[in-house]
Amino acid sequence: MKRTPFSKLSFTMTGNRGAALEMARSRIVLLALVFIVAYTIVGIRLFDVMILQGRFWQDVEDTRAVEAAVQTKAPEAVRRGDIVDRNGAILATSLKTASLFADPALIVDAQETAKALAALFPENTYENYLEKLQKKGRFVWLKRNLVPEEQHAVMLIGDPGLAFQEEYKRTYPQGQLAPHIVGYVSRDEMGQAGLERAFNGLLETEETVLKTTLDIRLQHALRQEIANTIDIFSAKGGAGVIMNINNGDVLALVSLPDFDPNKREKLDGDQIFNRATLGVYELGSVFKIFSTAALLEKFPDALSMTFDAREPLKRGRFTISDYHPEKRVLTVPEVFMVSSNIGTALMGEEIGTEGLKAFYKKLGLLSKPDISLREVGAPLYPRPWRDINTLTASYGHGVAVSPIQLVAAVAPIVNGGLQVTPRFLKPEGEEEVTKTTAMRVYDEQNGEIMRSLMRLVVTEGTAKKADVPGYEVGGKTGTAEKPGAKGYDRKRLISSFMGAFPMSAPKYAVFVAIDEPQGTKESYGYATAGWTAAPTVARVVERMVSILGIPPVGVATAETQEDAEDMGAKTQLIAQPVKGQAL
Amino acid sequence: MNVAQFFSRTDKSVISNWFWTVDKGALVSIFALIVYGLILVATASPSVALRIGVTENHFLIRHIVFLIPALIMMIGVSMISPRNLWRLATVIYIGGILAMLLIPFVGMEIKGAKRWLHLLGLGLQPSEIVKPAFAIVAAWLMAMQKERENFTGDLYAAGLYAVFVALLLLQPDFGMTMVVTCMFATQIFLAGLRFRYLAIMFLAGLCLLMSAYYGFDHVQSRIDRFMNPAAGDNFQVNKSLESFQNGGILGTGPGQGSVKMYLPDAHADFIFSVAGEELGFIFTFLLAGLFLFILLRGFNHLMDTEDIFTIIACGGLLAMIGLQALVHICSSLNLIPTKGMTLPFISYGGTSLLSVGFAFGAVLSLTRHKKRSGIVKGKTRKRIR
Repeated sequence: MKRTPFSKLSFTMTGNRGAALEMARSRIVLLALVFIVAYTIVGIRLFDVMILQGRFWQDVEDTRAVEAAVQTKAPEAVRRGDIVDRNGAILATSLKTASLFADPALIVDAQETAKALAALFPENTYENYLEKLQKKGRFVWLKRNLVPEEQHAVMLIGDPGLAFQEEYKRTYPQGQLAPHIVGYVSRDEMGQAGLERAFNGLLETEETVLKTTLDIRLQHALRQEIANTIDIFSAKGGAGVIMNINNGDVLALVSLPDFDPNKREKLDGDQIFNRATLGVYELGSVFKIFSTAALLEKFPDALSMTFDAREPLKRGRFTISDYHPEKRVLTVPEVFMVSSNIGTALMGEEIGTEGLKAFYKKLGLLSKPDISLREVGAPLYPRPWRDINTLTASYGHGVAVSPIQLVAAVAPIVNGGLQVTPRFLKPEGEEEVTKTTAMRVYDEQNGEIMRSLMRLVVTEGTAKKADVPGYEVGGKTGTAEKPGAKGYDRKRLISSFMGAFPMSAPKYAVFVAIDEPQGTKESYGYATAGWTAAPTVARVVERMVSILGIPPVGVATAETQEDAEDMGAKTQLIAQPVKGQAL
Repeated sequence: MNVAQFFSRTDKSVISNWFWTVDKGALVSIFALIVYGLILVATASPSVALRIGVTENHFLIRHIVFLIPALIMMIGVSMISPRNLWRLATVIYIGGILAMLLIPFVGMEIKGAKRWLHLLGLGLQPSEIVKPAFAIVAAWLMAMQKERENFTGDLYAAGLYAVFVALLLLQPDFGMTMVVTCMFATQIFLAGLRFRYLAIMFLAGLCLLMSAYYGFDHVQSRIDRFMNPAAGDNFQVNKSLESFQNGGILGTGPGQGSVKMYLPDAHADFIFSVAGEELGFIFTFLLAGLFLFILLRGFNHLMDTEDIFTIIACGGLLAMIGLQALVHICSSLNLIPTKGMTLPFISYGGTSLLSVGFAFGAVLSLTRHKKRSGIVKGKTRKRIR
């Protein structure tokens, strides 16, 4: 027999059958162990791959990467939505333009190309272009938003390293008309101010059209008249608001000085600052509207009350005196008409601190107004509020509010008592604020008395120059001294007029404030509201009625008046003869 | 036979005897595997079928066409006696080897290898069916050596191995060569070869692997890519891993996976990845567990048996099935370099189903409760001669 490993094995095995079986069994155990270990590794690996490394845990990271990719792409892909006025006139739109960039790796002749670019766009130097063209990277902006002729000229340079990327450029066709409401965007089309900022998220989605409550015709009239007044009285600035007091639609909102949002290279803060919503001012006597209204609310017999305005009022270390002292006992309408500080302060005393504060609060004068623009100023009022503050606050000293807030607070006093919130976006369908949808904040009968008092100011009192025959303008003047370094400054005034018309059934509130007007020869040196803001409002109302086709009181039919704002062009034609009549 | 006796434990008909003696735990597990297989071939193969331009259910129909004879073969083989089993295996081995000899002349060439015979519109792979037959014949020869003093069964077995492997290398089919070698090594191991010779065999195997690494470009490239994933294209493995990651705990649901769209052999060599994605961790873990359960159950039976032929034959066959499943699973999990191998009873693969059916049939046949039948009969267990 041959000696092989197998033969030796077989010799051993045949010799002892039991031992062979024992050995085989022990080896089966070994074999089973090998498989158990191997399959355990498989099980662990399955757990590792499917659970630990599984999508189960990694979902968060995955979506983050996708979102990041989407975000970096978004600004170039989507066209920003338009902003239009209530009649569809475009206030802001995005135009497709070509932007020039270079891929330095593909530039053939950096020097020649830089020379050509410097000749074409002289705002940058040859060195500047050359430096960009021989950079290390693969992308460098050369000039954004080229006009077609410029694009053509760049193509004629013919360097393969120059390329264009389509971009949208935000343009404002109305230019300087309403920059504070519309706002503007950054280089990368992010809203920076106004509605562009407030509704940036919405505008970023494609095919949105933001319809505002603005009427560019009224905006133009208001802006031009205020600018004119500023000019005449050499004022520092001005602000104005036209609002529909029944639903809060802001038809026009002006802050001067202003700017052209298409050319924002050299702007100062004064131009960008929105005086109508962000600026808060002590507006003085226009606040007598509120204190008188509060008196009517507190005392049903208020009209028979009298106030002694013979002597300046002394309270503690304060002395309150009148600008045009009447030196007699005045009735409530007289106090309001002649704008007596003494009378109003005494009225404030009657109303009491808590009463006046609560009334101001009810009208929203003590909290930040709830409007959609982000440029909102919070009111300033005395903290703590002492009794003496009640006296001064009753005629508007010590309480500073923004023009839009003032208009919103006056609205319920003249519109029949319903609260309105100024709005800049025009909702589809819904129109007037009604008794069922709005909160009542003022009594209807007292509102009627307030309207006649405000009308009295125009017919007999301090604002005779605000009258527009046939349109029953009513309102209240306010001439406030601006707080300076050492108390109030007699030379620096804010003259304002808070008007509404027609007083028998008011629909529009018009507010104009002139910042630091200087008296002229024509105004006999006066820079008070009666000489500056009141006539401005009158001119604005004159233009408004012809633009909107509002017939004079008595001629009005319900139909024409209701559609006046929205059916611009059509009613304008109807309005022509009416306008003649009115003037 | 009266009615009361029919199918009772004392009923000695072939079917009844089989039913009461066969390992029902293993049988149930095998049927569970078959159900898994049907589900996975049904979900994984349509995308592959459409990709190669045949009708949607091409592979599923063929899977079932092979599954039925495979099942019949498994049940049938599990009923026959050990003596008939090795006789059948000898016939199959000889027939299979003859068929393999024919292949170089009439075989089909697919992807650079000639392994298939075309018969009745179906591709048959004779080597698959030779594999379990060889295990049984070799086991019988080795067991015989223990019984008869001058019978050098080991050498004959080695001779059969040499013939088989030579024909496999001719095709070439390294995967099966490896499986057959490992299976034969297991059998020698169980037969009692001393560790020092096993160590020598292990070294020889290592040398073979080394020579394959240096001798064949595709082997080298696969191993290189496994060792250093950044070095080359790991598309299949990456897709496979992605499918497991997609699956999570409960999976995407049968038919809802996406990775099968990318994997070229989703219905065969990467069906475990499809299982991972569509059935989820729990069911995939169970599937791997089923294989281990069948293996351990088989090994457990071997601990009870007194018969060295049963130990060597079953040990070899179980090792073959276990190893094949392991290579398939580990390839798809990137635990080893990719080696295309079917997952027994799960993957589509005509002849491989028949082969696995035969192998399981043999295991079930050899692990039947022979002792109990002996007690009932009041006789000692029959010897295999």
